[in-house]
Amino acid sequence: MSAPAGSPHPAAGARIPPKLGGAAAPAGPGLGPARPQQNGPAQNQMQVPSGYGLHHQNYIAPSGHYSQGPGKMTSLPLDTQREDYYSGLYTVPTQNVVTPSTAHQQPGAQQMYGRGPPAPHIAGSTPGSFQGAASSASHLHMSASQPHSSFVNHYNSPAMYSANSSVASQGFPSTCGHYTMSTVSNAAYPSVSYPSLPAGDPYGQMFTSQNAPTVRPVTDNSFSGQNTAISHPSPLPPPPSQQHHQQQSLSGYSTLSWSAAGLLSAQDNLVRNHTGSLAAANNNPANTVADSLSCPVMQNVLPPKSSPVAPTVLSSASSARMPPTANQLVEPVASVTQPSELLQQKGVDSSSTTSSASPMPNSYDALEGGSYPDMLSSAASSPAPDPTPESDPAPAPAPAPAAPQPSKLAKPFGYGYPTLQPGYQNAAAPLNAGLQPGNPVYSGFQQYPQYPGMNQLSSSLGGLSLQSSPQPESLRPVNLTQERNILPTTPVWAPVPNLNLELKKLNCSPDSFRCTLTNIPQTQALLNKAKLPLGLLLHPFRDLTQLPVITSNTIVRCRSCRTYINPFVSFIDQRRWKCNLCYRVNDVPEEFMYNPLTRSYGEPHKRPEVQNSTVEFIASSDYMLRPPQPAVYLFVLDVSHNAVEAGYLTILCHSLLENLDKLPGDSRTRIGFMTFDSTIHFYNLQEGLSQPQMLIVSDIDDVFLPTPDSLLVNLYESKELIKDLLNALPNMFTNTRETHSALGPALQAAFKLMSPTGGRVSVFQTQLPSLGAGLLQSREDPNQRSSTKVVQHLGPATDFYKKLALDCSGQQTAVDLFLLSSQYSDLASLACMSKYSAGCIYYYPSFHYTHNPSQAEKLQKDLKRYLTRKIGFEAVMRIRCTKGLSMHTFHGNFFVRSTDLLSLANINPDAGFAVQLSIEESLTDTSLVCFQTALLYTSSKGERRIRVHTLCSPVVSSLADVYAGVDVQAAICLLANMAVDRSVSSSLSDARDALVNAVVDSLSAYGSTVSNLQHSALVAPSSLKLFPLYVLALLKQKAFRTGTSTRLDDRVYAMCQIKSQPLVHLMKMIHPNLYRIDRLTDEGAVHVNDRVVPQPPLQKLSAEKLTREGAFLMDCGSVFYIWIGKGCDNNFIEDVLGYPNFASIPQKMTHLPELDTLSSERARSFITWLRDSRPLSPVLHVVKDESPAKTEFFQHLIEDRTEAAFSYYEFLLHVQQQICK
Amino acid sequence: RENEGHQGPAPPFSAGTGAAACSSPATAFTFAAFCYMLALLLTAALIFFAIWHIIAFDELRLNPIAQCNTLNPLVLPEYLIHAFFCVVFLCAAEWLTLGLNMPLLAGHIWRCMSRPVMSGPGLYDPTTIMNADILAYCQKEGWCKLAFYLLAFFYYLYGMIYVLVSS
Repeated sequence: MSAPAGSPHPAAGARIPPKLGGAAAPAGPGLGPARPQQNGPAQNQMQVPSGYGLHHQNYIAPSGHYSQGPGKMTSLPLDTQREDYYSGLYTVPTQNVVTPSTAHQQPGAQQMYGRGPPAPHIAGSTPGSFQGAASSASHLHMSASQPHSSFVNHYNSPAMYSANSSVASQGFPSTCGHYTMSTVSNAAYPSVSYPSLPAGDPYGQMFTSQNAPTVRPVTDNSFSGQNTAISHPSPLPPPPSQQHHQQQSLSGYSTLSWSAAGLLSAQDNLVRNHTGSLAAANNNPANTVADSLSCPVMQNVLPPKSSPVAPTVLSSASSARMPPTANQLVEPVASVTQPSELLQQKGVDSSSTTSSASPMPNSYDALEGGSYPDMLSSAASSPAPDPTPESDPAPAPAPAPAAPQPSKLAKPFGYGYPTLQPGYQNAAAPLNAGLQPGNPVYSGFQQYPQYPGMNQLSSSLGGLSLQSSPQPESLRPVNLTQERNILPTTPVWAPVPNLNLELKKLNCSPDSFRCTLTNIPQTQALLNKAKLPLGLLLHPFRDLTQLPVITSNTIVRCRSCRTYINPFVSFIDQRRWKCNLCYRVNDVPEEFMYNPLTRSYGEPHKRPEVQNSTVEFIASSDYMLRPPQPAVYLFVLDVSHNAVEAGYLTILCHSLLENLDKLPGDSRTRIGFMTFDSTIHFYNLQEGLSQPQMLIVSDIDDVFLPTPDSLLVNLYESKELIKDLLNALPNMFTNTRETHSALGPALQAAFKLMSPTGGRVSVFQTQLPSLGAGLLQSREDPNQRSSTKVVQHLGPATDFYKKLALDCSGQQTAVDLFLLSSQYSDLASLACMSKYSAGCIYYYPSFHYTHNPSQAEKLQKDLKRYLTRKIGFEAVMRIRCTKGLSMHTFHGNFFVRSTDLLSLANINPDAGFAVQLSIEESLTDTSLVCFQTALLYTSSKGERRIRVHTLCSPVVSSLADVYAGVDVQAAICLLANMAVDRSVSSSLSDARDALVNAVVDSLSAYGSTVSNLQHSALVAPSSLKLFPLYVLALLKQKAFRTGTSTRLDDRVYAMCQIKSQPLVHLMKMIHPNLYRIDRLTDEGAVHVNDRVVPQPPLQKLSAEKLTREGAFLMDCGSVFYIWIGKGCDNNFIEDVLGYPNFASIPQKMTHLPELDTLSSERARSFITWLRDSRPLSPVLHVVKDESPAKTEFFQHLIEDRTEAAFSYYEFLLHVQQQICK
Repeated sequence: RENEGHQGPAPPFSAGTGAAACSSPATAFTFAAFCYMLALLLTAALIFFAIWHIIAFDELRLNPIAQCNTLNPLVLPEYLIHAFFCVVFLCAAEWLTLGLNMPLLAGHIWRCMSRPVMSGPGLYDPTTIMNADILAYCQKEGWCKLAFYLLAFFYYLYGMIYVLVSS
């Protein structure tokens, strides 16, 4: 064993150093040019006076790979340049757009970038550059006035996924900044050449010019270096006497002007995070216009309005409002010409008034606007519609309303010129400058306008609250047995905690963080009386479109409880803040006094940390136990006869080949492969070999690694070998006769291989492990599948996999299991390897690549998502809550390392968690409680980051208030998690009883304490009216149902999903959505990416809703069923399904043909829209009314009676009976 | 510690501490006295186990895996020691003493029966031990046992003296 292990060492040793070196100094072929510049800016950066933004000092290792490659979405390059706080796109490109050659036209070119977001650009190789453009644009924005600033990097946006509207929208903000900017500069420096900012015209031109920069991102880097160099020394750009110089200074500005951008995006983030939508902008252009006006420089913003992107621009403008002001506040730029000085003054005036309320109207409007969820980020997410819709809403109307409203709404800056029309755009630039001095004249406006603004704000909030059911509505007693249509026709949204407006808008998005009781009871006794579960549902790492990323030397935290500073702390004075969790009074560090966004000193409460409840910090080395690990991926593949027969290898290898370049990681990324049947096969992929070497280890009792150093190889150095291997793998074992599977030993080997670094192990298994350690026996008795009594074997048969998972977890390795089997494979035991190592579990029952094409397709799509989604390594998550509350039990895939600390070897965006809470001490002395989740992880780029979510809830002392604030979906999800635990630790029937009791207890408690109605009726508060329905749905869910034949693995898989899915996805699993799709109309449709997506109303899950004349779509989360009634209109069948009549529809149909008819288009766009919103790609089944497959479909009609279970009405009666007992 | 121990004694155990013991005549004088002496010593050991258990659970938050690894090997010896002197009392026909120990013995047997799936010895599973319910249960169990062993210790002392004197 030692011989083979030893020999390769030297070679490997020799190889590794270069690799590391490569990482340390930005590496990567073709990146050469980028590197120096990166470093340059970095160094320059250090000169930044404020001390912000130097994060990379701590980050030497990471900075290396950031610089690699324009194509990869490195966010770092940007921040290396200098920012302190940026919020940026994932994809951010390292380079700024400005090329020397286009220098002349710089402003113009940039504008186009920012505004243009034409899909092609984004989709193209340089999404990065696009961002870069945005950022550069933003630089320009403030250039006239600021000393330096932060950067906008849209870090988290899923932009990486390609061109979609969200990307575009992100770009926009900067555009507007940009516009303004150019104007300002124009005003300030008349000498600036302005060619590309054609007044009335034509974005077309701009786009073309835009292309130039896009094409050569690398060269652009030089620009950034230059920038910084220029900008840093002097806050003020040199006077623009020479044309050329001017240009330089412009670029210099870009560096300088970061703050504007940063703020802008920060605000933008704020808006989006909280409300999740910019739709408002669309709906209420006037408002936004006003906003834009409020910022002195914004007038120029108007022009873009005429372009289709207007809404976004507007909204961003609004959000950008403050920054400029603040900037100007800070510094009275001497060299700036008069008009701009006036502007600054103006900014000064307005800043005080603006600050708090400014961005909000938009966002709330957005909520009301009822847009649709963003596909990438949180589409499925219930409450907060996403920002994407911008592209569509007609820009044209915007200008018109804008005219009158600005004066009213511009309150913050009082800046609105009633006459300001889009028309005057660029032409206005000079004019604009000229007018500004006159602004004081309008000062009266400043006050006056505020009122309408406020009114609007509150009214929108009011609307919001009504909509999401606050007090009166949520407490309205509902007689459940009387009310037939309990299910609303629109998706159920999360209730909003009953906080004051200020806190409400700061509060964390319910997509990331929800509490089952939005009003926290004061004491445990009160909670016990309410008989409702108290807990949190978390989706901490979900893909966000906007996320403020903060880099600063000191991350401000409470000194006693280590809470991160958040929007809900209170500032006692300028120098001290009081922790909202433990109430300790802390000092505000010197650094924190300076606000990089507004560039003002002494306003700690305006720092982004305090303005956003979801933020991400770049952590310093204090947060590392070791240097950040590289991304390491190991694939462990079953190649026994059974596996080869199923044919998954082809799909996997193909998927991997396709996505090899998209695996998240940096230049250090490593990858390895192992296969196993009764022996274990390793693959030596060391660079330099002519072909991959297969090394077979047959000693499965004492597994060793034949060549430990060349099994996990650098993805980029050995790419050819890896590709060779992937091409060869599917055919390598075609004739195998080996039926055994030595999974346990293979996992032990994988653990050994991974333990030096940690990373992700993906295990593909197709049968029961039958050899070596961890072998399992079949425990399922098929005759018991539909037993109504005892369901056994829900727990593991051995602790081998659990122990292995704990070992892996200790070494920062997560094990993801793909189980593709046709027979029982004891998922209950196998799942342990993922559960405790923070992995994820995928299960494809009866997988076969030809016999079961829908599963094959699902695997393919899941793999695509799996391989390309974000990933965080060596993570820990800590959940803190206000003193008096304590964490009781955690649910999800992780290892609990301490009472409030979860150890997560990997974290992925599709992982959800739940936490049960208990109230240890009475909360009488506080009116608010807060929960804070801090997720510390290493990004795939080797950067240590902390994502912090903070949720704030009011404390109430009356039972009625507790009931008023129930978040029924969250409660159901928490109950489901608890029921899974109960089924495993006790028994399934216990769990079922507990579920029923949850309904009985809570309703009877409500009936006896709050409602005054007689017991004769089953009454629930409106907030709980869906509770019995959802519980019934849970009882009929695969995980908990009895009496219906359910395979043990299916059941266990459903339980695993309940434990690890985030709320939005889990709810669909529990209570599918049913839509009628044969009469889709455009009424109420939403627009996504130029597609019109109809929004049919939700139907209740009952056969009574199914008419023979209709066609219905059921969305079960991971499966779609389309049920076609016998009497369904032939037109529909022909137009949508492509068959002449009902009889000719085949039994197995898993695709809708792409027909060129309106109804087909509608149906497909609706299904695509649903599908895009979730991580697991659902399989589509077309079910004919008479086909045998319809039982599958009818099982989901949970309101109906089945042989083994109550109908909804019967269940209500049962509950009522129990209550009366 | 003792005070605290008294707070949570299992009622049935503490009820018959000493007074009732006088009813048991010393059948086998030397053997019974020996039994009590033995039990006294072993109970001292058990008290140590219980204290260890309590401390370990207090420190659990630091590293559940390590704590479980230190706790688990001690579970079986503890149970065996207790079972051992139960058997000894049985042989000595100390029915009352035996009866007082039966509930604990039964509890131990129940714990062994319902232990989680584990390949090694012991009861504690690092993956579930941090659940508040289980943690609270184990902590309470520790304090109860400590109280019981302390009371038992004095009972055995009394019993031993009684047996010696009555002979």
